[in-house]
Amino acid sequence: MAESGTKNLLDLDDLRAEGGLTGRRHLLSLLVENRPGVLARIAGLFSRRGFNIDTLAVGPTEDPDISRVTLTVDGAVHPIDQVTKQLHKLVNVIKIRDMDPGTAVAREMALFRINAAADNRAEIIEFTQIFRAHIVDVSRRSITVEVTGTTEKIDSFERMVRPHGLIEMARTGEVAITRARPES
Amino acid sequence: MRAADALFEALKAEGVKHIFGIPGGANLPIYDALYDADFEHIQVRHEQCAGHAAEGYAKASGKVGVAFATSGPGATNLVTAIADAHMDSVPTVFITGQVRTDLIGTDGFQEADVTGITMPVVKHSFLVTDPSQIPDYIHKAFHIAKTGRPGPVLVDIPQDLSKMEIDYEPITAAPRLPGYQPNTEGNIKQIRIAAKALANARRPVLYAGGGVVNATASEELRELAGADRFPVTCTLMGLGAFPAPHEQWLGMLGMHGTRTANYAMDEADLIVAIGARFDDRITGKLSEFAPRAKFVHIDIDPAEISKNVPAHIPIVGDVKKVLPKLTGEYRALAPDPSRLDEWWRRIEGWREQYPLRYEDSSDQEIKPQLMVEEMYRATGGEAIVTSDVGQHQMWAAQYYPFSEPNRWLNSGGLGTMGFGLPAAIGAQVAMPDEQVVCLAGDGSLIMVCQEFATAAAHELPIKVFLMNNGNFGMVRQWQELFWDERYKAIEMGPSPDWVKLAEAFGWTGILCDRKDDLAGAMKTALETEGPVLLDVRVTPNENCFPMIPAGAAARDMVG
Repeated sequence: MAESGTKNLLDLDDLRAEGGLTGRRHLLSLLVENRPGVLARIAGLFSRRGFNIDTLAVGPTEDPDISRVTLTVDGAVHPIDQVTKQLHKLVNVIKIRDMDPGTAVAREMALFRINAAADNRAEIIEFTQIFRAHIVDVSRRSITVEVTGTTEKIDSFERMVRPHGLIEMARTGEVAITRARPES
Repeated sequence: MRAADALFEALKAEGVKHIFGIPGGANLPIYDALYDADFEHIQVRHEQCAGHAAEGYAKASGKVGVAFATSGPGATNLVTAIADAHMDSVPTVFITGQVRTDLIGTDGFQEADVTGITMPVVKHSFLVTDPSQIPDYIHKAFHIAKTGRPGPVLVDIPQDLSKMEIDYEPITAAPRLPGYQPNTEGNIKQIRIAAKALANARRPVLYAGGGVVNATASEELRELAGADRFPVTCTLMGLGAFPAPHEQWLGMLGMHGTRTANYAMDEADLIVAIGARFDDRITGKLSEFAPRAKFVHIDIDPAEISKNVPAHIPIVGDVKKVLPKLTGEYRALAPDPSRLDEWWRRIEGWREQYPLRYEDSSDQEIKPQLMVEEMYRATGGEAIVTSDVGQHQMWAAQYYPFSEPNRWLNSGGLGTMGFGLPAAIGAQVAMPDEQVVCLAGDGSLIMVCQEFATAAAHELPIKVFLMNNGNFGMVRQWQELFWDERYKAIEMGPSPDWVKLAEAFGWTGILCDRKDDLAGAMKTALETEGPVLLDVRVTPNENCFPMIPAGAAARDMVG
């Protein structure tokens, strides 16, 4: 039996269980094989395990055989640990990165078609300038604006224009990439 | 050569000798190639049973089981077996014919999106889009099916592609699967912490599951258990991984486990889960499961760790590699074995107070538990036993001690009624010299009884011991205990006459309805050549106890 103070000692009461909820939003960046059915496998896994995908973006990478899937999951509702481990079981999923907000650059693009009658048109153009967004289409009744930035920036643009009459909105979901390490 | 011929070249290279299946339109080119290939094909009578036979083959032999089916209904009939193999981690490869590529997506005759349908229940699947992929996909399928946590892999081959000519070159290189690299070694630092935890535990339990059987690690489990008189319990799937009966053996745990095993889990201070996955039939009410315990969880599948019960010391690896390291590290600590004395006194107390027991009849009525005990005596405990799903399965788990792995083949995770007969067919094909006995339920056996024809045609001398209580016994038990005895849709009625049915298929049929005749009838059945069905009429309304009611805690066991 281990005596107190020896290297054998381990108090079972000191052991802590792993996992659990992190309470924050997670941005997962997956490198997957670029072949038919891979997205269906990922989507199917989420639905059968009862996980929600908040946003999802899929596109090519520098390697034509590999695609990148970027998705956001709420770590307050789902154990991210379990989500990533289940994703890893998919044979076509090559790599998963739980992007750390501190070391990743994440951007989203959104298109807003906003009601723009004569009396509020000027204000919408002003918002567009403040948010460094672009007007990409215009008609007598509406203006369509393209906004790129962090999710928070797009959320706040939405809050600004919604009172004017948001006719339609389309958001891409975030894509992300790790920041280059500072040169030493 | 034709792609279908290359398919068999690849299967041969994987060491395949037996294939279970049924031909149809979309896999005709494959069967045409099989005409010239050197394989034993077991033509089953329903595709579901091709799948279960492949599972039985794999579970008995440890080799990958292979089943063929055609497109559409042939493939969808396989789905239950694929799901079963997925739940119980059975290494299997399913090869289905698909309609011609120009018909895919057009609702063509006998078209079903089988890769789509099976996606949630396969370890992986391949839809062939170019005939030259076939050999590569076959090798990848086998690699995936049998390594890591084993499981079912589906290869779906369109009819036109399997007819095409390809340049076949044998593939000897390891399959390239960048997204599939199971970690087998186990982190040595974690193993050391686990050894220390064990050395400091006063009420430890080793809880072993089917993963120990899959990893062929029973010897390694025995070594660890022997390092210090650790109490051992196994799940339904793990039975045989630890040699029962044994002084450290607590019996099975879980819903119909022994009180000793369940109470030990309840009071344990450290539980070492080995190739087990904390299924709800083990834990009962999760919030009250083993409330005093810390958990070491050893599994090849990282996603199982902390899925249901958060682990304190997770170890990802092949239990066959991890256990010897853990045993070694533990022995090096040389803990004082007497610290377990009090724990063993507690366990012995439960053993004495709560042995498995049933009330035998005072007349010629055959109690189902007695039937299992007689079956153990008749087979000398040495048969490969398959079972269906229900009361008889639980009684077998309770009253038939398995001393070796790969001898108890049943459907644990999915709970598929009708598993027993086709699994026995598969097991007998894999192990022609072994005694294979299927302990069947009458509700289950009727679901697959067409397979009597398969066993007769292939002259497989399997013995079916039918525990005939005339109803869906487990459902009846639940309706009695939890649904106010409102019995509905449980009676099996007077048909079939099982002896006549067996004889109609060319089997020997024997009826036994008197206790005094039972041992003799079993002896006759086992000694009779060829397949035999022994119809044993048992007490119709016996309940399987003890039991943890669904959603209750181990403390609340009844019966």
